[in-house]
Amino acid sequence: MSSETNAQHQHDADHGSEEQAHGSFRGYMTGFVLSVFLTAIPFWLVMNNVLDNNQLTGFVIMGFAVVQIIVHMVYFLHMNGRAEGGWSLLALVFTLILVVIALAGSLWVMYHLNTNMMPVHDMKQMP
Amino acid sequence: MSEASTQTSMILGKLTLQSFPLHEPIVVATFVVVALGGIAVVGALTYFRLWGYLWREWFTSVDHKKIGIMYMVLGLIMLLRGFADAVMMRIQQAWAFNGSEGYLNAHHYDQIFTAHGTIMIFFVAMPLVTGLMNYVVPLQIGARDVSFPFLNNFSFWMTTAGAVLVMMSLFIGEFARTGWLAYPPLSGIAYSPDVGVDYYIWALQVAGVGTTLSGINLICTIVKMRAPGMSLMKMPIFTWTALCSNVLIVASFPVLTATLALLTLDRYVGTNFFTNDFGGNPMMYVNLIWIWGHPEVYILILPAFGIFSEVTSTFSGKRLFGYTSMVYATVVITILSYLVWLHHFFTMGSGASVNSFFGITTMIISIPTGAKIFNWLFTMYRGRIRYEEPMMWTVAFMLTFVIGGMTGVLLAVPPADFVLHNSLFLVAHFHNVIIGGVLYGLLAGIVYWWPKAFGFRLHPTMGKISFWFWVIGFWVAFTPLYVLGLMGVTRRMRVFDDPSLQIWFVIAGFGAALIFLGIVFFLLQIAYSIWKRHELRDETGDPWDGRTLEWATSSPPPAYNFAFTPVIHDNDAWTDMKRRGYVRPLSGFKPIHMPRNTGTGIILAGISLALGFALIWHIWWLAALCFAAIIVTAIAHSFNYDRDFHIPAADVVQAEDERTRRLAGSRA
Amino acid sequence: MASTITASQTGEAPVFYLKDEHPHPEGHSTPLGFWIYLMSDCLIFAVLFAIYGVLGTNYAAGPGPKDLFDLNLVALNTAMLLFSSITYGFAMLTMVQGRVAATQGWLAVTALFGLAFLGIELYEFHHLISIGATPQRSAFLSSFFVLVGTHWLHVTFGTIWLFTLMVQVARHGLITANRRRLMCLSMFWHFLDVIWIGVFTFVYLLGMLR
Repeated sequence: MSSETNAQHQHDADHGSEEQAHGSFRGYMTGFVLSVFLTAIPFWLVMNNVLDNNQLTGFVIMGFAVVQIIVHMVYFLHMNGRAEGGWSLLALVFTLILVVIALAGSLWVMYHLNTNMMPVHDMKQMP
Repeated sequence: MSEASTQTSMILGKLTLQSFPLHEPIVVATFVVVALGGIAVVGALTYFRLWGYLWREWFTSVDHKKIGIMYMVLGLIMLLRGFADAVMMRIQQAWAFNGSEGYLNAHHYDQIFTAHGTIMIFFVAMPLVTGLMNYVVPLQIGARDVSFPFLNNFSFWMTTAGAVLVMMSLFIGEFARTGWLAYPPLSGIAYSPDVGVDYYIWALQVAGVGTTLSGINLICTIVKMRAPGMSLMKMPIFTWTALCSNVLIVASFPVLTATLALLTLDRYVGTNFFTNDFGGNPMMYVNLIWIWGHPEVYILILPAFGIFSEVTSTFSGKRLFGYTSMVYATVVITILSYLVWLHHFFTMGSGASVNSFFGITTMIISIPTGAKIFNWLFTMYRGRIRYEEPMMWTVAFMLTFVIGGMTGVLLAVPPADFVLHNSLFLVAHFHNVIIGGVLYGLLAGIVYWWPKAFGFRLHPTMGKISFWFWVIGFWVAFTPLYVLGLMGVTRRMRVFDDPSLQIWFVIAGFGAALIFLGIVFFLLQIAYSIWKRHELRDETGDPWDGRTLEWATSSPPPAYNFAFTPVIHDNDAWTDMKRRGYVRPLSGFKPIHMPRNTGTGIILAGISLALGFALIWHIWWLAALCFAAIIVTAIAHSFNYDRDFHIPAADVVQAEDERTRRLAGSRA
Repeated sequence: MASTITASQTGEAPVFYLKDEHPHPEGHSTPLGFWIYLMSDCLIFAVLFAIYGVLGTNYAAGPGPKDLFDLNLVALNTAMLLFSSITYGFAMLTMVQGRVAATQGWLAVTALFGLAFLGIELYEFHHLISIGATPQRSAFLSSFFVLVGTHWLHVTFGTIWLFTLMVQVARHGLITANRRRLMCLSMFWHFLDVIWIGVFTFVYLLGMLR
C-alpha cells in the first residue's frame, strides 16, 4: 500500500509545477527597461550613422537583436529550464535549430545557385 | 490568361457550365458510378435511419478511438482513388507505343499523375498514419484520451475537407497538371491559368491545418498524459516513433503552409516570389517545399518503423533488442531529416560544395536506419517466431526496404543523381520505400490492431493471399521501372517513341494488376471477417499475447480506456503485469471524467471547405462570408465553458462486469 | 517512482493501477500545447525571413529600402508594441492578484497600443502603395509586404482575441479557464514582440544599411 500512495504522491509532484510562472513586477520592469535600451541603441546607431562602417553596424545591431530576443524570452515569456518540466525550453531550442538550418541553409544554397547559374560578369560582356 | 478565365461573374466567380468536364467520357462515366454509389449509400443510411447514430456517435465524437477509425476509413477510401489513378497511368504507358496516343489525352493524363501523388501522400498515407497513432498512442500510454479531444475531432474533419476538395476537382473543373509538388513557374498563373493548381493549394492548406493541429495534440498527449511510472525510456517504441513523427509534423508543415501561401499570392495578387520576372526565383520554391518535403518522408516512415518494432517483438515473444539504440536512432533520424533536403534537387546547380554536403548528410541517415534493421533481426534471433500476417508483412518489409534504401543511397551520390534525376529509377526508388516501408507497415498495423479496435481478428487466409499478391505484384510492377530508369526513361511521360521499351511497361502493368488483386483480397478479407466475426471473436482483449498496455484493456476498449489508471514498472508494461501476477480490479469503480462530444469541429471544417471552394473559383462574396463565419463560430465555441461530464460509476461497473463475464467465458 | 521499484524487487505484489482518479485537471496541457503551436508559427516566420533574405535585394530596378523606409515611423511603431508588452505584463500581474477591474483596465490599454500599432502599419502600407511601391513591383517588395503583413495579421488576430477575452472576463470573472486563456494570449502577444525584433532589425535597420 505504501508504495501505491508513494506513486500517487510522486505523480502529484509532477503535476505540482502546474502553476505557471507569471513573473513579477520587478521582472517585467527589468525586461522593459532593458528592451527599451536594446531597441533604442540600434535605431540610434543606424539613424545617426554612428559607426561609419555599415558592415560593423550590421553585426552590432544583429547582436543587439539576439540579446533583446533573449531578454524578451526570459522576462516576458518566462522561459527557463523548469517550465513544463523543461519541455518548453526543449521545444524552443529545437525550433531555433530548425530556424537556423532553414534560414542559413536557404541563404547558402541560393547564394551558390546564383553564383553558379547566374554569373553577373558574363551578362556584362554580352553584346 | 486565357479568354475563359478572365470572364468572372460576381455571383459564381469563374464557375460556368464549361467548368464541368462533360466532354471527357472517362470522367463522366466515373461521375455516374460515384453518383450512383453515393446515392445508394445515402439511401441506405436514410432507410436504416443511421444518420442520427452517425452524427451522435461518430461525426461529433471526441473519442480518440473513433476518430482514429474514421481516419483509417478516410485513408482506405482515398487509397482506392489513388490506386485507380495508378492503374490508369500504367495502362496508358503500356499502350501508347508505335504512334498510338493511348487512351488519355495530355490534359487528363497530367492531372492523373498529379492527383495520384498528392492523394497517396496527403490523403492516404497521412490519414492512415495519423489514424493509427490516434487510436493506439493513448492506449499505449495508459491515457483516457488525447490532450485536446475537440481539436482532434476538428483536425480529422479538416483533413477530410481537404480530401473532399480533391475529389470535387474530378467533377467540377480540374486538378493541377503540375506534378505533386506543383513547381513554379509551371504552377504560376502564366502557365496554369485554370483552377487546377488552386484546387491543389487549398486542398493542402485546409488539410494542413488539421495535420498540424493533430501533431501538436499528439505531442502534448505523449508528453503530459503518460500513466504514472512511464518515464520516457519506458515508453513503447511505437509511442516513441509517434512522438518523433509528430514533432516532425509540427516542425515541417508550417513550412509547407507558408510556401503554398506564397505561391497563392503569386497566383492571386500577382506578387513576385516564384515568377521569372521582377526578381522572383522559382528555385526558391523548390528549396522551401523540400525543407518540408524531406521531413514529410520521415513523418510517414517513423511510425511504420514503430509498428514493425511492436510486431517483431510481439511475434518473436521477446523484448525488443536494443530498445535504447532504437530510440536514439529514431531521434537522430528526426534531426538529420532536416539536413538533407537538397538531395531532391542536386541538378539545380548550386555547385560542388553544396551538393557534397547534402550528399554526405543523406548517406549518414542510412546509418541509424541500418541500426534499426539489425535491431529487428536480433529481436527475431532465437525468438519463438509466429508467422502471423503482421509478422509476414514485417519480414517482407525488411527485404523490400533494404533494397529501396540502397537505391536511395545510390541516388544520394550527386554525380549518379545527375544521370538518374527525374527518371523512372527515382520513381521505382520512392515507391520501393513508401510501399515497402510505409504501406507494408500500415497493413501490418491494421491487421495487428484490428482485433483491439473491433473485438475480432481478421481472417488470416484471405490476408495471406492479399499479402502474396501485394509483395509479388510490387516487385513485378517496379523492377521494370528500375530497368527503364537506368536506360534513361524519364518520369511522367505519356507516349513513347522507342518500341523496345514497351515490354517493360507491359510487365509493370501486369504487376499493377497483381497489386489490384492484393487490394481486392484485402477488402474481401475485411468483409469476410465482419461476416464471420462471431467465429473470429476475441474475448480476452489480448489475442497476440501482446506486450504493451493497449492489450491490457478489453477489445474494443470502453470509452474511458482504463477503469483505473495503470502504473508502469517496466518497458513492456503488459508483459510485466502478466508475469508478476496482475489481478484485474473488480470493485471500487469511480465516476470517470470525460470530454463531451461537439459538432463544432465538423461545422468549422464544413465552412472551411466552402471557403476553399469559393477561393478556388474566385467567388469572393462567399469567401468573405465563410471567413467571417469561421471567426464567429470559433469565438462562439470559446464561449462554451461546459465541455466535460462524468461517466457515472454505475456505467463503469456495468461495462467492467460485462468484461469479467466475457473473460470468464473465454477461459471456459 | 523509486519506492515502487524497490517494492517490486523485494517480491511484494507491485501496484499496477491507481485506486483514485488520476489528477489530470482540465487544460493542464494547454500552456505546453499553445507553446508548441507558437513554435510552429515561428517556423512560418522563418520561411518568410528566409524568402526575404534570399529575394530581399532583388529590386527589379524599383525602389529599395532607402527610398521607402521612414525609421522614425518604425521607431514609433516599435515603441507602441513595446508599451503594449509591458501593459500586458501588468494585466497578468493584476490577474494573479485576482483584481478583475485592474486586469480589464490594463487589457484595454494593451488593446489601444495594439490598435495604434496596427494603424501606423496600415498607414505605412498605404503610403508605400500610393507611391507605386506595391507588392507586385519587385520580389523585394513582395517579400517585405508579406513578412510585415503576416506579422500585422497576427497582431490583428491577437487584438480580436483580446477583445473576446475581455468580454469573457467581464461575464465570468477570472475563473481558471479565463486565466488560462489570458496566459495563452500573453504568450502569443510577447511572441509577436519577439518576431517584431527580428523584423525591425532584419528588414528595416539592415535594409537602411544596404
